Amino acid sequence: MTNYKMKDIEGTVHFDGEMATKGFYFNKMCYSFNHEENRQAFRDDPEAYMTKYKLSEEQKQAVRDQDINRMLELGGSIYYLAKFAGIFGWNMQVIGGMMSGRTTEEFQAYLDSQGRGKNNG
Amino acid sequence: MAKIIGGITTAHIPAIGVAMDKGLENEPYYRDLFAIYPPIREWLAEEKPDIAVLFYNDHGLEMFLDKKPTFAIGCAPEYENADEGWGIKPIPPVTGETDLSWHIVNHLIENDFDPTVCQDIKVDHGATVPLTLLWPNFTYKGIKVIPISINCERHPMPKPSRSLAFGKAIGDAIRCWDKDSKVVLLGTGGLSHQLDGPRAGILNAEFDNWCMDKIVSDPEAICQYSNVELVEKGGAQMVEIAMWLAMRGCIEGEVEERMRNYVSPISNTAVGVQLLIPKD
Ligand SMILES: [Fe+2]
Repeated sequence: MTNYKMKDIEGTVHFDGEMATKGFYFNKMCYSFNHEENRQAFRDDPEAYMTKYKLSEEQKQAVRDQDINRMLELGGSIYYLAKFAGIFGWNMQVIGGMMSGRTTEEFQAYLDSQGRGKNNG
Repeated sequence: MAKIIGGITTAHIPAIGVAMDKGLENEPYYRDLFAIYPPIREWLAEEKPDIAVLFYNDHGLEMFLDKKPTFAIGCAPEYENADEGWGIKPIPPVTGETDLSWHIVNHLIENDFDPTVCQDIKVDHGATVPLTLLWPNFTYKGIKVIPISINCERHPMPKPSRSLAFGKAIGDAIRCWDKDSKVVLLGTGGLSHQLDGPRAGILNAEFDNWCMDKIVSDPEAICQYSNVELVEKGGAQMVEIAMWLAMRGCIEGEVEERMRNYVSPISNTAVGVQLLIPKD
């Protein structure tokens, strides 16, 4: 049988069929956050909201712990995680820092250290 | 007959849309980025294209994992935008061009590409940010848009060679459309960036510039990389180069690179902008 498993890249969870299967309900919950009334329902009662969307106990715990890397390991897709992050007002640099073990400022400095063509005015 | 007058590559980063909403164009963080676009807007104002064929990827506004097309073509008279969950302000609807959409669909299927056909889809920042950047203050209302999406979220994704071939077939379809219209192509997204995981924040200016060289002179060279190799080179979302390849595929033969800019980082992403003119 042909093996379609993707080559490992350190620090990266490839969002493939296996992860999409694992994370389907978690991602479905986060997809619902496109609507403000759903974001509010989550804010009001996160446990009930997670149960309604059939999250696994491990996924619920990752949400309680605000552990984004764990959410990725449990099948979260970054596109929907961005909507989850929006509820907390976390932008991409905030969660970039959270996932790479840096403060937001350190994460920004890491990005800037690889930058080009930008004089910041 | 319809004529392709040029192709534009541009980022579609949500933060750019938010910056435009808030009027931050002259802030130090954004100044270099927004300085890129006025000459391209001038070119558009001079050339006056009738239609924009826009390659983008949906980031979970319309196309959730329950039904996720690999390639999809909008065939609607209008496309709405909506709340994406993290604070970019929705923009008024974008006008479609159903005749050319259906012509492209017919041509593709006749030529062995079988896309998903969408008569009612919302378009996300992947489409709206480039439109707002190129036609600010809602002047995009003056151009008809055909949104064409490529899955860049869940593996497996189309091979880079396939996105290039998809573009070639679309270019052929445009060229044999029996209306005197001027068409501009937009390849949106990229370049290097990784939003997810411990490796988040990686950028690769050298590889990005190599890709920009090859988009001009030899797009096949980019197709030597598999998607996972692109991830390795430029981060998990480097795969968005698929839309650049599709755009470039639409243009037959050589192009003149009229403009090139590279500004990095904006948000977590390297911004590449090119204006390509067919030599024919
Ligand atoms: Fe994107």
